[in-house]
Amino acid sequence: MTTAERVRPRSRRLRVAVFVLFLMGLFVTWEVVKFVGGDPWRLGEWEWRPPVDIWFATDQNLPHVWDIAGALADPWRRNASDSLFVHLAGKAMYTWREAAIGFALGAVLGMGLAVAFVHSSIMERAFVPYVVASQTIPIVALAPMIVFFVGASVQAVVIIATYLTFFPVTIAMLRGLRSPDPRAMELMRSYAASRRMVLWKLRLPASLPYLFTALKITATASIVGAIIGEGPGGVHEGLGWSIIEFNQTYITAPERLWAAIFVTSLLGIGFYTLVRLVELRVLRSRPEASAG
Amino acid sequence: MSGPMTGPMTGGTAVVRLDGVGKTFQLADGSSTVALSGIDLSIGRGEFVSLIGPSGCGKSTLLRLIGDLTHPSTGSVTVNGKSATQARLGRDYGMVFQAPVLFEWRTVEDNVKLPLELSGMERAERSSRADEMLALVDLVDFARHHPYQLSGGMQQRVAIARALAFAPDILLMDEPFGALDEMTRERMNSEVLRIWEQTGITVVFVTHSIPEAVFLSSRVVVMSPRPGRITRVVDIDLPRPRGFDTRENRRYFELVTEVREALRGSDLSSASDGRLEAEGTIG
Repeated sequence: MTTAERVRPRSRRLRVAVFVLFLMGLFVTWEVVKFVGGDPWRLGEWEWRPPVDIWFATDQNLPHVWDIAGALADPWRRNASDSLFVHLAGKAMYTWREAAIGFALGAVLGMGLAVAFVHSSIMERAFVPYVVASQTIPIVALAPMIVFFVGASVQAVVIIATYLTFFPVTIAMLRGLRSPDPRAMELMRSYAASRRMVLWKLRLPASLPYLFTALKITATASIVGAIIGEGPGGVHEGLGWSIIEFNQTYITAPERLWAAIFVTSLLGIGFYTLVRLVELRVLRSRPEASAG
Repeated sequence: MSGPMTGPMTGGTAVVRLDGVGKTFQLADGSSTVALSGIDLSIGRGEFVSLIGPSGCGKSTLLRLIGDLTHPSTGSVTVNGKSATQARLGRDYGMVFQAPVLFEWRTVEDNVKLPLELSGMERAERSSRADEMLALVDLVDFARHHPYQLSGGMQQRVAIARALAFAPDILLMDEPFGALDEMTRERMNSEVLRIWEQTGITVVFVTHSIPEAVFLSSRVVVMSPRPGRITRVVDIDLPRPRGFDTRENRRYFELVTEVREALRGSDLSSASDGRLEAEGTIG
Protein backbone atom coordinates (compact mmCIF):
# COMPACT_ATOMS: atom_id res chain seq x y z
CA MET A 1 0.00 0.00 0.00
CA THR A 2 2.64 2.50 1.06
CA THR A 3 4.89 1.58 -1.84
CA ALA A 4 1.99 1.89 -4.25
CA GLU A 5 1.17 5.35 -2.92
CA ARG A 6 4.72 6.47 -3.22
CA VAL A 7 5.05 5.24 -6.79
CA ARG A 8 1.73 6.50 -8.08
CA PRO A 9 2.30 10.27 -8.68
CA ARG A 10 5.54 9.63 -10.49
CA SER A 11 4.09 6.93 -12.73
CA ARG A 12 1.10 9.18 -13.47
CA ARG A 13 3.36 11.99 -14.65
CA LEU A 14 5.25 9.45 -16.72
CA ARG A 15 2.03 8.18 -18.25
CA VAL A 16 0.94 11.71 -19.20
CA ALA A 17 4.36 12.36 -20.72
CA VAL A 18 4.22 9.13 -22.72
CA PHE A 19 0.71 10.00 -23.92
CA VAL A 20 1.72 13.49 -25.07
CA LEU A 21 4.87 12.18 -26.75
CA PHE A 22 2.88 9.49 -28.51
CA LEU A 23 0.35 12.04 -29.75
CA MET A 24 3.11 14.27 -31.06
CA GLY A 25 4.75 11.25 -32.68
CA LEU A 26 1.45 10.43 -34.35
CA PHE A 27 1.15 13.95 -35.80
CA VAL A 28 4.74 13.92 -36.99
CA THR A 29 4.29 10.50 -38.63
CA TRP A 30 1.06 11.73 -40.24
CA GLU A 31 2.81 14.72 -41.75
CA VAL A 32 5.88 12.68 -42.78
CA VAL A 33 3.60 10.29 -44.65
CA LYS A 34 2.02 13.29 -46.39
CA PHE A 35 5.47 14.74 -47.03
CA VAL A 36 6.49 11.55 -48.83
CA GLY A 37 3.31 10.71 -50.71
CA GLY A 38 1.11 13.79 -50.43
CA ASP A 39 -0.05 16.52 -52.75
CA PRO A 40 2.50 19.14 -53.87
CA TRP A 41 2.86 22.05 -51.49
CA ARG A 42 2.42 25.46 -53.05
CA LEU A 43 3.31 28.74 -51.41
CA GLY A 44 2.86 31.53 -53.95
CA GLU A 45 5.40 30.87 -56.70
CA TRP A 46 7.14 28.14 -54.78
CA GLU A 47 6.14 24.51 -55.19
CA TRP A 48 7.44 21.42 -53.46
CA ARG A 49 6.73 18.06 -55.04
CA PRO A 50 6.95 14.94 -52.87
CA PRO A 51 9.75 12.48 -53.73
CA VAL A 52 7.51 9.67 -55.01
CA ASP A 53 5.03 10.13 -57.76
CA ILE A 54 2.37 7.90 -56.19
CA TRP A 55 0.07 10.16 -54.28
CA PHE A 56 -1.23 7.89 -51.56
CA ALA A 57 -1.66 10.58 -48.94
CA THR A 58 -3.39 13.34 -50.83
CA ASP A 59 -5.21 16.20 -49.17
CA GLN A 60 -8.34 14.34 -50.25
CA ASN A 61 -7.78 11.10 -48.36
CA LEU A 62 -5.45 12.38 -45.63
CA PRO A 63 -5.82 16.09 -44.90
CA HIS A 64 -3.08 17.96 -43.07
CA VAL A 65 -3.28 17.92 -39.28
CA TRP A 66 -3.51 21.72 -39.32
CA ASP A 67 -6.31 21.62 -41.88
CA ILE A 68 -8.31 19.37 -39.57
CA ALA A 69 -7.46 21.59 -36.61
CA GLY A 70 -8.43 24.62 -38.70
CA ALA A 71 -11.76 23.03 -39.64
CA LEU A 72 -12.45 22.39 -35.96
CA ALA A 73 -11.69 26.02 -35.10
CA ASP A 74 -13.69 27.54 -38.01
CA PRO A 75 -17.39 28.37 -37.64
CA TRP A 76 -19.31 25.17 -38.25
CA ARG A 77 -21.21 26.87 -41.07
CA ARG A 78 -21.18 30.28 -42.68
CA ASN A 79 -21.92 33.06 -40.17
CA ALA A 80 -22.36 30.60 -37.32
CA SER A 81 -21.02 31.79 -33.98
CA ASP A 82 -20.01 28.28 -32.80
CA SER A 83 -16.86 26.62 -34.06
CA LEU A 84 -17.13 23.16 -35.62
CA PHE A 85 -15.55 21.71 -32.49
CA VAL A 86 -18.16 23.25 -30.20
CA HIS A 87 -20.88 22.19 -32.65
CA LEU A 88 -19.60 18.59 -32.77
CA ALA A 89 -19.07 18.52 -29.00
CA GLY A 90 -22.75 19.29 -28.58
CA LYS A 91 -23.64 16.49 -30.98
CA ALA A 92 -21.23 14.22 -29.14
CA MET A 93 -23.02 14.89 -25.86
CA TYR A 94 -26.32 13.97 -27.52
CA THR A 95 -24.85 10.73 -28.89
CA TRP A 96 -23.27 10.04 -25.54
CA ARG A 97 -26.64 10.29 -23.81
CA GLU A 98 -28.10 7.74 -26.23
CA ALA A 99 -25.07 5.50 -25.80
CA ALA A 100 -25.08 5.86 -22.01
CA ILE A 101 -28.76 4.87 -21.74
CA GLY A 102 -28.16 1.91 -24.05
CA PHE A 103 -25.03 1.05 -22.08
CA ALA A 104 -26.90 1.12 -18.78
CA LEU A 105 -29.79 -0.95 -20.14
CA GLY A 106 -27.37 -3.40 -21.76
CA ALA A 107 -25.40 -3.72 -18.53
CA VAL A 108 -28.55 -4.41 -16.51
CA LEU A 109 -29.81 -6.89 -19.11
CA GLY A 110 -26.40 -8.58 -19.31
CA MET A 111 -26.06 -8.84 -15.54
CA GLY A 112 -29.61 -10.11 -15.20
CA LEU A 113 -29.03 -12.84 -17.77
CA ALA A 114 -25.76 -13.84 -16.11
CA VAL A 115 -27.40 -14.06 -12.67
CA ALA A 116 -30.22 -16.14 -14.15
CA PHE A 117 -27.80 -18.44 -15.97
CA VAL A 118 -25.57 -19.02 -12.96
CA HIS A 119 -28.55 -20.16 -10.93
CA SER A 120 -30.28 -22.25 -13.56
CA SER A 121 -28.40 -24.53 -15.88
CA ILE A 122 -31.69 -25.19 -17.67
CA MET A 123 -32.03 -21.51 -18.48
CA GLU A 124 -28.40 -21.34 -19.45
CA ARG A 125 -28.71 -24.26 -21.83
CA ALA A 126 -31.97 -22.94 -23.24
CA PHE A 127 -30.99 -19.32 -23.79
CA VAL A 128 -27.25 -19.09 -24.38
CA PRO A 129 -27.47 -20.36 -27.99
CA TYR A 130 -29.95 -17.59 -28.79
CA VAL A 131 -27.85 -14.99 -27.05
CA VAL A 132 -24.86 -16.09 -29.11
CA ALA A 133 -26.93 -16.25 -32.31
CA SER A 134 -28.19 -12.73 -31.69
CA GLN A 135 -24.62 -11.48 -31.82
CA THR A 136 -23.90 -12.99 -35.22
CA ILE A 137 -26.59 -10.85 -36.86
CA PRO A 138 -24.82 -7.78 -38.27
CA ILE A 139 -26.04 -4.58 -36.72
CA VAL A 140 -26.53 -3.02 -40.17
CA ALA A 141 -29.08 -5.74 -40.91
CA LEU A 142 -30.76 -5.45 -37.55
CA ALA A 143 -30.92 -1.67 -37.26
CA PRO A 144 -33.58 -1.16 -39.99
CA MET A 145 -35.69 -3.92 -38.42
CA ILE A 146 -35.52 -2.24 -35.03
CA VAL A 147 -36.56 1.02 -36.70
CA PHE A 148 -39.53 -0.82 -38.21
CA PHE A 149 -40.56 -2.05 -34.78
CA VAL A 150 -40.22 1.09 -32.68
CA GLY A 151 -40.23 3.75 -35.39
CA ALA A 152 -37.46 6.10 -36.43
CA SER A 153 -36.63 7.57 -33.06
CA VAL A 154 -34.12 7.91 -30.27
CA GLN A 155 -35.59 4.72 -28.79
CA ALA A 156 -34.37 2.77 -31.81
CA VAL A 157 -30.88 4.17 -31.31
CA VAL A 158 -30.92 3.27 -27.61
CA ILE A 159 -32.03 -0.29 -28.41
CA ILE A 160 -29.16 -0.68 -30.85
CA ALA A 161 -26.67 0.56 -28.25
CA THR A 162 -28.20 -1.84 -25.71
CA TYR A 163 -27.91 -4.67 -28.20
CA LEU A 164 -24.17 -4.06 -28.61
CA THR A 165 -23.64 -3.83 -24.85
CA PHE A 166 -25.40 -6.75 -23.21
CA PHE A 167 -23.53 -9.68 -24.73
CA PRO A 168 -19.99 -9.00 -23.47
CA VAL A 169 -21.51 -8.14 -20.08
CA THR A 170 -23.41 -11.44 -19.96
CA ILE A 171 -20.38 -13.54 -20.84
CA ALA A 172 -17.91 -11.74 -18.56
CA MET A 173 -20.38 -11.53 -15.69
CA LEU A 174 -21.19 -15.23 -15.91
CA ARG A 175 -17.50 -15.99 -15.73
CA GLY A 176 -17.15 -13.62 -12.77
CA LEU A 177 -20.10 -15.09 -10.89
CA ARG A 178 -18.45 -18.49 -11.26
CA SER A 179 -15.00 -17.26 -10.24
CA PRO A 180 -15.13 -17.79 -6.44
CA ASP A 181 -12.84 -20.45 -5.04
CA PRO A 182 -14.85 -23.69 -4.47
CA ARG A 183 -13.75 -23.51 -0.84
CA ALA A 184 -15.32 -20.07 -0.54
CA MET A 185 -18.55 -21.67 -1.73
CA GLU A 186 -18.09 -24.42 0.87
CA LEU A 187 -17.45 -21.79 3.51
CA MET A 188 -20.76 -20.15 2.65
CA ARG A 189 -22.39 -23.56 2.76
CA SER A 190 -20.96 -24.17 6.23
CA TYR A 191 -22.59 -20.87 7.29
CA ALA A 192 -25.91 -22.18 5.94
CA ALA A 193 -26.01 -19.16 3.62
CA SER A 194 -28.99 -18.91 1.27
CA ARG A 195 -28.49 -18.62 -2.49
CA ARG A 196 -29.37 -14.96 -2.26
CA MET A 197 -26.72 -14.42 0.40
CA VAL A 198 -24.14 -16.33 -1.65
CA LEU A 199 -25.00 -14.05 -4.57
CA TRP A 200 -24.75 -10.81 -2.59
CA LYS A 201 -21.83 -11.59 -0.33
CA LEU A 202 -19.68 -13.74 -2.59
CA ARG A 203 -20.63 -14.08 -6.25
CA LEU A 204 -21.36 -10.43 -7.02
CA PRO A 205 -18.31 -8.94 -5.29
CA ALA A 206 -16.13 -11.61 -6.91
CA SER A 207 -17.58 -10.81 -10.34
CA LEU A 208 -16.89 -7.07 -10.26
CA PRO A 209 -13.42 -7.14 -11.87
CA TYR A 210 -14.87 -9.23 -14.71
CA LEU A 211 -17.87 -6.94 -15.01
CA PHE A 212 -15.68 -3.86 -15.34
CA THR A 213 -13.58 -5.50 -18.03
CA ALA A 214 -16.77 -5.99 -20.04
CA LEU A 215 -18.04 -2.48 -19.25
CA LYS A 216 -14.83 -0.94 -20.56
CA ILE A 217 -15.29 -2.84 -23.82
CA THR A 218 -18.95 -1.95 -24.12
CA ALA A 219 -18.47 1.73 -23.25
CA THR A 220 -16.92 2.21 -26.68
CA ALA A 221 -19.18 -0.36 -28.36
CA SER A 222 -22.29 1.47 -27.16
CA ILE A 223 -21.04 4.68 -28.82
CA VAL A 224 -20.46 2.82 -32.07
CA GLY A 225 -23.97 1.39 -31.74
CA ALA A 226 -25.51 4.82 -31.15
CA ILE A 227 -23.65 6.36 -34.12
CA ILE A 228 -24.65 3.52 -36.44
CA GLY A 229 -28.22 3.68 -35.17
CA GLU A 230 -28.66 7.39 -35.81
CA GLY A 231 -28.74 6.85 -39.60
CA PRO A 232 -31.62 4.36 -39.86
CA GLY A 233 -33.13 5.86 -36.72
CA GLY A 234 -33.36 9.25 -38.44
CA VAL A 235 -31.93 11.01 -35.42
CA HIS A 236 -30.31 14.25 -36.58
CA GLU A 237 -29.02 15.62 -33.29
CA GLY A 238 -26.05 13.29 -32.84
CA LEU A 239 -22.58 12.63 -34.21
CA GLY A 240 -23.84 9.84 -36.45
CA TRP A 241 -25.82 12.24 -38.56
CA SER A 242 -22.90 14.65 -38.80
CA ILE A 243 -20.74 11.80 -40.02
CA ILE A 244 -23.32 10.95 -42.70
CA GLU A 245 -23.46 14.62 -43.76
CA PHE A 246 -19.70 15.03 -43.85
CA ASN A 247 -19.43 11.83 -45.86
CA GLN A 248 -21.66 13.40 -48.49
CA THR A 249 -19.53 16.55 -48.63
CA TYR A 250 -16.25 14.69 -48.37
CA ILE A 251 -15.07 15.69 -51.85
CA THR A 252 -15.21 19.39 -51.03
CA ALA A 253 -14.31 19.28 -47.34
CA PRO A 254 -12.58 16.05 -46.31
CA GLU A 255 -11.12 17.66 -43.18
CA ARG A 256 -14.62 18.01 -41.73
CA LEU A 257 -15.16 14.23 -41.70
CA TRP A 258 -11.74 13.76 -40.14
CA ALA A 259 -12.70 16.35 -37.54
CA ALA A 260 -15.87 14.41 -36.78
CA ILE A 261 -13.83 11.21 -36.43
CA PHE A 262 -11.50 13.04 -34.07
CA VAL A 263 -14.39 14.19 -31.89
CA THR A 264 -15.89 10.68 -31.94
CA SER A 265 -12.59 9.27 -30.70
CA LEU A 266 -12.51 11.85 -27.92
CA LEU A 267 -16.01 10.75 -26.92
CA GLY A 268 -14.95 7.10 -26.88
CA ILE A 269 -11.85 7.84 -24.81
CA GLY A 270 -13.93 9.99 -22.48
CA PHE A 271 -16.57 7.32 -21.86
CA TYR A 272 -13.93 4.62 -21.41
CA THR A 273 -12.06 6.82 -18.93
CA LEU A 274 -15.27 7.49 -17.01
CA VAL A 275 -15.91 3.75 -16.63
CA ARG A 276 -12.27 3.22 -15.68
CA LEU A 277 -12.52 5.88 -12.95
CA VAL A 278 -15.64 4.23 -11.55
CA GLU A 279 -13.78 0.92 -11.64
CA LEU A 280 -10.83 2.36 -9.74
CA ARG A 281 -13.21 3.75 -7.15
CA VAL A 282 -15.24 0.56 -6.75
CA LEU A 283 -12.26 -1.80 -6.75
CA ARG A 284 -9.91 0.54 -4.88
CA SER A 285 -9.35 -1.85 -2.01
CA ARG A 286 -8.35 -4.78 -4.18
CA PRO A 287 -4.77 -5.70 -4.98
CA GLU A 288 -5.36 -5.90 -8.73
CA ALA A 289 -7.29 -2.61 -8.95
CA SER A 290 -4.35 -0.64 -10.31
CA ALA A 291 -3.98 -3.06 -13.21
CA GLY A 292 -5.69 -1.98 -16.42
CA MET B 1 -20.26 -33.95 32.93
CA SER B 2 -17.17 -31.79 33.14
CA GLY B 3 -17.36 -28.20 31.93
CA PRO B 4 -15.88 -27.10 28.68
CA MET B 5 -12.98 -25.30 30.37
CA THR B 6 -11.58 -28.36 32.08
CA GLY B 7 -10.04 -29.69 28.92
CA PRO B 8 -10.27 -32.99 27.17
CA MET B 9 -12.73 -35.70 27.97
CA THR B 10 -13.55 -38.92 26.28
CA GLY B 11 -16.86 -40.73 26.50
CA GLY B 12 -19.72 -38.87 28.14
CA THR B 13 -21.94 -36.95 25.76
CA ALA B 14 -20.67 -37.21 22.24
CA VAL B 15 -20.74 -34.02 20.19
CA VAL B 16 -19.94 -35.94 17.03
CA ARG B 17 -20.84 -39.57 16.48
CA LEU B 18 -20.05 -41.57 13.39
CA ASP B 19 -21.64 -45.02 13.08
CA GLY B 20 -20.50 -47.34 10.32
CA VAL B 21 -19.79 -44.42 8.01
CA GLY B 22 -18.61 -45.22 4.49
CA LYS B 23 -18.10 -43.04 1.46
CA THR B 24 -17.85 -44.26 -2.10
CA PHE B 25 -17.08 -41.89 -4.94
CA GLN B 26 -18.48 -42.66 -8.38
CA LEU B 27 -15.89 -41.79 -10.98
CA ALA B 28 -16.62 -40.40 -14.42
CA ASP B 29 -15.58 -43.63 -16.15
CA GLY B 30 -18.25 -45.57 -14.26
CA SER B 31 -15.93 -47.17 -11.73
CA SER B 32 -15.98 -46.24 -8.07
CA THR B 33 -13.45 -45.84 -5.28
CA VAL B 34 -14.12 -46.51 -1.64
CA ALA B 35 -12.80 -43.42 0.18
CA LEU B 36 -13.97 -44.45 3.64
CA SER B 37 -15.36 -47.63 5.07
CA GLY B 38 -16.65 -48.74 8.47
CA ILE B 39 -15.83 -45.55 10.39
CA ASP B 40 -17.00 -45.58 14.01
CA LEU B 41 -15.89 -42.58 16.02
CA SER B 42 -17.23 -40.63 18.92
CA ILE B 43 -15.91 -37.19 19.82
CA GLY B 44 -16.74 -35.76 23.24
CA ARG B 45 -17.48 -32.15 24.12
CA GLY B 46 -14.34 -30.04 24.39
CA GLU B 47 -12.11 -32.67 22.86
CA PHE B 48 -9.29 -31.89 20.46
CA VAL B 49 -9.17 -34.76 17.99
CA SER B 50 -6.66 -34.99 15.17
CA LEU B 51 -7.14 -37.14 12.10
CA ILE B 52 -3.81 -38.25 10.67
CA GLY B 53 -2.84 -40.55 7.85
CA PRO B 54 -1.14 -40.73 4.49
CA SER B 55 -2.59 -39.06 1.40
CA GLY B 56 -5.70 -40.79 0.19
CA CYS B 57 -6.71 -42.15 3.61
CA GLY B 58 -9.88 -40.09 3.51
CA LYS B 59 -9.12 -37.86 6.49
CA SER B 60 -10.31 -34.73 4.70
CA THR B 61 -13.37 -36.57 3.43
CA LEU B 62 -14.15 -37.61 6.98
CA LEU B 63 -13.92 -33.99 8.12
CA ARG B 64 -16.17 -32.90 5.27
CA LEU B 65 -18.69 -35.60 6.23
CA ILE B 66 -18.81 -34.26 9.78
CA GLY B 67 -19.27 -30.73 8.41
CA ASP B 68 -22.01 -31.81 5.97
CA LEU B 69 -20.02 -30.63 2.98
CA THR B 70 -20.50 -34.12 1.55
CA HIS B 71 -22.84 -36.95 2.48
CA PRO B 72 -21.99 -40.49 3.60
CA SER B 73 -22.81 -43.40 1.32
CA THR B 74 -23.49 -45.65 4.30
CA GLY B 75 -23.85 -45.15 8.05
CA SER B 76 -24.82 -42.01 9.92
CA VAL B 77 -23.23 -38.83 11.20
CA THR B 78 -24.81 -37.40 14.34
CA VAL B 79 -23.85 -33.98 15.70
CA ASN B 80 -25.31 -32.80 19.00
CA GLY B 81 -28.02 -35.42 18.58
CA LYS B 82 -29.00 -34.02 15.16
CA SER B 83 -28.10 -34.97 11.63
CA ALA B 84 -25.05 -33.25 10.19
CA THR B 85 -27.30 -31.25 7.84
CA GLN B 86 -29.43 -29.98 10.73
CA ALA B 87 -26.26 -29.10 12.61
CA ARG B 88 -24.95 -27.15 9.61
CA LEU B 89 -28.22 -25.30 9.15
CA GLY B 90 -28.11 -24.59 12.90
CA ARG B 91 -24.65 -23.08 12.35
CA ASP B 92 -22.85 -25.49 14.65
CA TYR B 93 -19.65 -25.50 12.59
CA GLY B 94 -16.70 -23.23 12.09
CA MET B 95 -14.55 -24.21 9.12
CA VAL B 96 -10.87 -23.50 8.51
CA PHE B 97 -9.29 -24.73 5.29
CA GLN B 98 -5.66 -25.10 4.27
CA ALA B 99 -5.95 -21.79 2.39
CA PRO B 100 -7.38 -18.89 4.39
CA VAL B 101 -10.13 -18.26 1.75
CA LEU B 102 -10.57 -14.66 2.86
CA PHE B 103 -12.67 -12.34 0.74
CA GLU B 104 -10.12 -9.98 -0.79
CA TRP B 105 -12.62 -7.11 -1.12
CA ARG B 106 -13.30 -7.08 2.61
CA THR B 107 -11.07 -5.76 5.35
CA VAL B 108 -9.84 -8.15 8.02
CA GLU B 109 -12.60 -6.92 10.31
CA ASP B 110 -15.29 -7.33 7.66
CA ASN B 111 -14.09 -10.83 6.87
CA VAL B 112 -14.60 -11.75 10.50
CA LYS B 113 -18.05 -10.15 10.40
CA LEU B 114 -19.15 -12.15 7.35
CA PRO B 115 -20.69 -15.09 9.23
CA LEU B 116 -22.32 -12.65 11.66
CA GLU B 117 -24.00 -10.80 8.79
CA LEU B 118 -25.31 -14.12 7.51
CA SER B 119 -26.71 -15.05 10.89
CA GLY B 120 -28.52 -11.70 11.03
CA MET B 121 -26.70 -10.26 14.03
CA GLU B 122 -27.22 -6.56 14.83
CA ARG B 123 -24.60 -4.18 13.45
CA ALA B 124 -23.33 -2.98 16.84
CA GLU B 125 -23.14 -6.50 18.16
CA ARG B 126 -21.27 -7.58 15.04
CA SER B 127 -18.61 -4.95 15.60
CA SER B 128 -18.03 -5.80 19.23
CA ARG B 129 -17.99 -9.52 18.43
CA ALA B 130 -15.47 -8.99 15.61
CA ASP B 131 -13.26 -6.92 17.92
CA GLU B 132 -13.41 -9.70 20.47
CA MET B 133 -12.42 -12.32 17.89
CA LEU B 134 -9.57 -10.20 16.53
CA ALA B 135 -8.32 -9.75 20.08
CA LEU B 136 -8.43 -13.52 20.49
CA VAL B 137 -6.12 -14.04 17.51
CA ASP B 138 -4.09 -10.93 18.36
CA LEU B 139 -4.85 -8.99 15.18
CA VAL B 140 -6.67 -5.92 16.55
CA ASP B 141 -4.10 -3.61 14.94
CA PHE B 142 -4.81 -5.08 11.53
CA ALA B 143 -8.61 -4.76 11.59
CA ARG B 144 -8.70 -2.28 8.70
CA HIS B 145 -6.07 -4.00 6.58
CA HIS B 146 -6.93 -6.02 3.54
CA PRO B 147 -6.02 -9.71 3.37
CA TYR B 148 -3.31 -9.25 0.73
CA GLN B 149 -1.46 -6.97 3.12
CA LEU B 150 -1.03 -9.78 5.67
CA SER B 151 1.38 -12.70 5.86
CA GLY B 152 0.15 -16.26 5.35
CA GLY B 153 0.12 -16.97 9.09
CA MET B 154 -1.80 -13.79 9.83
CA GLN B 155 -4.33 -14.58 7.12
CA GLN B 156 -4.88 -17.99 8.66
CA ARG B 157 -5.43 -16.35 12.05
CA VAL B 158 -8.11 -14.17 10.45
CA ALA B 159 -9.68 -17.35 9.08
CA ILE B 160 -9.69 -18.81 12.61
CA ALA B 161 -11.25 -15.63 14.03
CA ARG B 162 -13.91 -15.79 11.33
CA ALA B 163 -14.59 -19.47 12.04
CA LEU B 164 -15.07 -18.73 15.74
CA ALA B 165 -17.12 -15.56 15.21
CA PHE B 166 -20.57 -16.96 15.78
CA ALA B 167 -19.36 -19.19 18.59
CA PRO B 168 -19.87 -22.50 16.80
CA ASP B 169 -19.95 -25.74 18.73
CA ILE B 170 -17.35 -27.47 16.65
CA LEU B 171 -14.28 -26.16 14.88
CA LEU B 172 -13.35 -28.20 11.81
CA MET B 173 -9.80 -27.57 10.59
CA ASP B 174 -8.53 -29.14 7.36
CA GLU B 175 -4.72 -29.02 7.38
CA PRO B 176 -4.92 -25.36 8.40
CA PHE B 177 -1.17 -24.87 8.76
CA GLY B 178 -0.03 -27.15 5.94
CA ALA B 179 1.05 -24.21 3.80
CA LEU B 180 3.02 -22.44 6.54
CA ASP B 181 6.71 -22.71 7.35
CA GLU B 182 7.77 -24.77 10.34
CA MET B 183 8.34 -21.87 12.75
CA THR B 184 5.08 -20.16 11.91
CA ARG B 185 3.33 -23.49 12.21
CA GLU B 186 4.65 -24.06 15.74
CA ARG B 187 3.57 -20.57 16.75
CA MET B 188 0.13 -21.21 15.24
CA ASN B 189 -0.10 -24.51 17.13
CA SER B 190 0.40 -22.73 20.45
CA GLU B 191 -2.10 -20.10 19.36
CA VAL B 192 -4.74 -22.71 18.54
CA LEU B 193 -4.20 -24.46 21.85
CA ARG B 194 -4.60 -21.16 23.70
CA ILE B 195 -7.83 -20.43 21.81
CA TRP B 196 -9.09 -23.96 22.44
CA GLU B 197 -8.40 -23.63 26.14
CA GLN B 198 -10.06 -20.21 26.29
CA THR B 199 -13.18 -21.18 24.39
CA GLY B 200 -13.61 -24.84 25.30
CA ILE B 201 -14.67 -25.54 21.73
CA THR B 202 -14.58 -29.05 20.27
CA VAL B 203 -11.92 -29.28 17.56
CA VAL B 204 -11.53 -31.82 14.77
CA PHE B 205 -8.18 -31.24 13.13
CA VAL B 206 -6.85 -32.87 9.97
CA THR B 207 -3.08 -32.93 9.63
CA HIS B 208 -0.27 -34.93 8.13
CA SER B 209 2.25 -33.78 10.70
CA ILE B 210 2.81 -36.24 13.56
CA PRO B 211 4.41 -33.71 15.97
CA GLU B 212 1.57 -31.29 15.34
CA ALA B 213 -1.07 -33.96 16.02
CA VAL B 214 0.61 -35.10 19.23
CA PHE B 215 1.28 -31.60 20.51
CA LEU B 216 -2.29 -30.39 19.99
CA SER B 217 -4.59 -33.30 20.55
CA SER B 218 -6.35 -35.09 23.31
CA ARG B 219 -6.72 -38.01 20.89
CA VAL B 220 -5.02 -38.82 17.61
CA VAL B 221 -7.02 -40.90 15.15
CA VAL B 222 -4.66 -42.80 12.85
CA MET B 223 -6.08 -43.69 9.46
CA SER B 224 -4.93 -45.83 6.55
CA PRO B 225 -5.85 -45.77 2.88
CA ARG B 226 -7.54 -48.11 0.39
CA PRO B 227 -10.12 -48.13 1.76
CA GLY B 228 -9.85 -45.24 4.22
CA ARG B 229 -10.41 -46.53 7.73
CA ILE B 230 -9.38 -45.94 11.33
CA THR B 231 -6.56 -48.26 12.36
CA ARG B 232 -5.72 -46.90 15.77
CA VAL B 233 -6.73 -44.21 18.23
CA VAL B 234 -3.88 -42.93 20.41
CA ASP B 235 -4.79 -41.11 23.65
CA ILE B 236 -2.45 -38.20 24.24
CA ASP B 237 -1.98 -37.93 27.99
CA LEU B 238 0.50 -35.06 27.96
CA PRO B 239 -0.12 -32.55 30.75
CA ARG B 240 -1.77 -29.21 29.98
CA PRO B 241 -1.24 -26.41 29.43
CA ARG B 242 1.20 -27.43 26.76
CA GLY B 243 3.99 -25.16 25.62
CA PHE B 244 7.59 -25.16 24.53
CA ASP B 245 8.51 -27.60 27.32
CA THR B 246 5.98 -30.09 25.99
CA ARG B 247 8.00 -30.62 22.84
CA GLU B 248 11.01 -31.59 24.95
CA ASN B 249 9.07 -33.89 27.23
CA ARG B 250 10.09 -37.60 27.13
CA ARG B 251 6.42 -38.65 27.03
CA TYR B 252 5.96 -36.42 23.96
CA PHE B 253 8.66 -38.34 22.10
CA GLU B 254 7.16 -41.66 23.15
CA LEU B 255 3.77 -40.59 21.82
CA VAL B 256 5.26 -39.29 18.57
CA THR B 257 6.93 -42.68 18.15
CA GLU B 258 3.71 -44.46 18.98
CA VAL B 259 1.75 -42.51 16.37
CA ARG B 260 4.53 -42.98 13.83
CA GLU B 261 4.54 -46.73 14.39
CA ALA B 262 0.77 -46.86 14.19
CA LEU B 263 1.01 -45.06 10.87
CA ARG B 264 3.76 -47.34 9.62
CA GLY B 265 1.81 -50.41 10.66
CA SER B 266 -1.32 -49.16 8.96
CA ASP B 267 0.64 -48.26 5.92
CA LEU B 268 2.44 -51.58 5.59
CA SER B 269 -0.72 -53.54 6.12
CA SER B 270 -2.65 -51.64 3.50
CA ALA B 271 -0.32 -50.88 0.65
CA SER B 272 3.20 -51.28 -0.52
CA ASP B 273 3.52 -48.03 -2.41
CA GLY B 274 2.71 -45.70 0.50
CA ARG B 275 5.87 -44.52 2.15
CA LEU B 276 6.61 -42.70 5.37
CA GLU B 277 9.04 -39.86 5.29
CA ALA B 278 11.69 -39.41 7.93
CA GLU B 279 10.82 -36.21 9.75
CA GLY B 280 7.42 -37.23 10.98
CA THR B 281 5.56 -35.79 8.03
CA ILE B 282 3.82 -37.85 5.45
CA GLY B 283 3.68 -36.51 1.95
